[in-house]
Amino acid sequence: MADHPSSSSTSSSANPTAEPSAIFGKQAILEAFAGHPAVHTLEQLLIDAKWDRQELTLSVAPQTILDAVRAIKAAGYNFLEDVTAVDWYPTDTPSAPRFQISYSILSHSRKERIRIVARVMGDNPHMDSITSVWPSANFYEREVFDLFGIHFAGHPHLTRIMLPDNWNGHPLRKDYPVEGYR
Amino acid sequence: MSYNPVLDRETQEDDRPTSFVPSEVGMQDATGDTTGATLAGIRPAEGILVPDAEDIVQGSASHQHGSDPVVSQTMVLNMGPQHPSTHGVLRLVLEVDGETVVSLAPDIGYLHTGIEKTCEAKFYNQVTPLTDRIDYLCPMTNNTAYALAVEKLLGLEVPERAQVLRVLLNELTRIQSHLVWLGTHAMDIGALTVFLYCFREREDLLRIFEAISGQRMMGSYIRIGGVALEPPAGIYDRIRSFLNDFPEHISEYEGLLNANPIWIGRLKDVGHLSAEDAIALGVTGPSLRASGVDFDLRRDMPYSSYERFKFNIPVSNGCDVWARYLVRMQEMRESTLICHQALDLLATLHHQPLHADAPKILLPDREKMKTQMESLIHHFKIVTEGFQVPAGEATSSVEAPHGMMNYYVVSDGTSKPYRVHMRNADFANLQALETMCKGRLIADVVAVIGSIDIVLGAIDR
Repeated sequence: MADHPSSSSTSSSANPTAEPSAIFGKQAILEAFAGHPAVHTLEQLLIDAKWDRQELTLSVAPQTILDAVRAIKAAGYNFLEDVTAVDWYPTDTPSAPRFQISYSILSHSRKERIRIVARVMGDNPHMDSITSVWPSANFYEREVFDLFGIHFAGHPHLTRIMLPDNWNGHPLRKDYPVEGYR
Repeated sequence: MSYNPVLDRETQEDDRPTSFVPSEVGMQDATGDTTGATLAGIRPAEGILVPDAEDIVQGSASHQHGSDPVVSQTMVLNMGPQHPSTHGVLRLVLEVDGETVVSLAPDIGYLHTGIEKTCEAKFYNQVTPLTDRIDYLCPMTNNTAYALAVEKLLGLEVPERAQVLRVLLNELTRIQSHLVWLGTHAMDIGALTVFLYCFREREDLLRIFEAISGQRMMGSYIRIGGVALEPPAGIYDRIRSFLNDFPEHISEYEGLLNANPIWIGRLKDVGHLSAEDAIALGVTGPSLRASGVDFDLRRDMPYSSYERFKFNIPVSNGCDVWARYLVRMQEMRESTLICHQALDLLATLHHQPLHADAPKILLPDREKMKTQMESLIHHFKIVTEGFQVPAGEATSSVEAPHGMMNYYVVSDGTSKPYRVHMRNADFANLQALETMCKGRLIADVVAVIGSIDIVLGAIDR
């Protein structure tokens, strides 16, 4: 699991045009980004990592997300930009769980953005809420809960934000049809 | 109450009391909701117009969970979604003690159209017109952000001339968006004149956009790999003359407002938001800079050739509505300067093409398509099958008029995006509303909503 280049893609056709600068895998990233504060901070928690298209993506286990964001905040990444999810349905195995939750985090001083990724299984998906670290995660997590049905433990008010409370289903899941009624 | 004599005679005896009472209770709740004043304590009946106001206010950060907002002095007041000062369909549920806001919670989603889901069913090219409609005050900025994300996935190099033209249009869009903000903000406060002046200049800009893209607002002009078509002859002179006049117009607005005692009284020391709170709540754009945080993506993480331009980032330490007003007014001036530089650059780059050299991705020139077999094949393939984008994920980030706008595009290697997510500044900025309004008067809520400059299309998507 660790050193596998997870371009986290359902179609197993590997990157056709991976630029030479793309680096995949935890070990390769640890070597190439030895002095990087984000990589250094999350070294213990990393399960996978990639440098692709000038973007650094660090994968951590979902149980450790609170530790990861606390550490990354302490390392100077002060601004949470976004929390969103991707549904890799029908992929849903322990090595490639169905839901990918992406945290986009910015450092105002380093003028640099990183993406922290955690993947959770499709059956009763749940994560720890990071609202205790960044209050701004409140709306983002509610949106992910509403549209993907992922629960965030410890969220102060986890209710639907876009759709009516009596809505059935979570529209951004891939098994939810684009047209017609469910 | 009018009575049908025939019906009335039949129903006179027993039916009236039973059939009457429940409907009257329902009526009362419904009117309570539609007039905007739902008194706490009267819980609206199931399935009535809007969700339960109390549930919403209990979700707000400052509400004391478990306590009953009814018993002491506080009242729950509904504001919107049809309230003119909420800039669209924002619904706020306020808990007020007299006229002081105790807690406040936004209820959004009235404009939710599932655009992110729709994107997943379209070819990459077909998504561009959808992005116009998200933040409908800055369609060009949306186009740019989306194009940058897909270009990153494709590894496309956009010619300098197209990049500079994007900068020019982005800055004109910023001026246009700020004009709408200023006009509506002033109107909320009660200065109707400013609105008319702002829309006069906005009209000039919309005509420029129409000349360039064929549409006043939803231009879809900035495409993946470049821009849609060559701008018409003489348009740069027209833009130049607008830019030459515009600083005077800004002074004109300021002449109406800066020394106006009502304007000052309603804006100064209202809606305080400290830099720490702004960062913790995810606030970006002019609102963040008005809290003293000197961060602007155009300078700090430049995209689309912004590194070639010289401009200042207006920052204020005021942290209030007045500071946000000053920052945006100054931003319009800076945008004018950027536009002048962009026009100068465009004059030197006129020999360059306006889109990348990628025949399998960009639609061919119309003339070539009709004369060359290969171009015809490319055209046919792109229109019917789209183009494949290498698997991966990319985030683009641009400084939109309202703040940081990110597009997160995930590709699985097919011709349709696997996931498109828009991070709009409006959505995050709205979270800061309660912090800014708590402990202030209801009238200040209106001023604060105006100062964070939200567009509900961008919030609800």
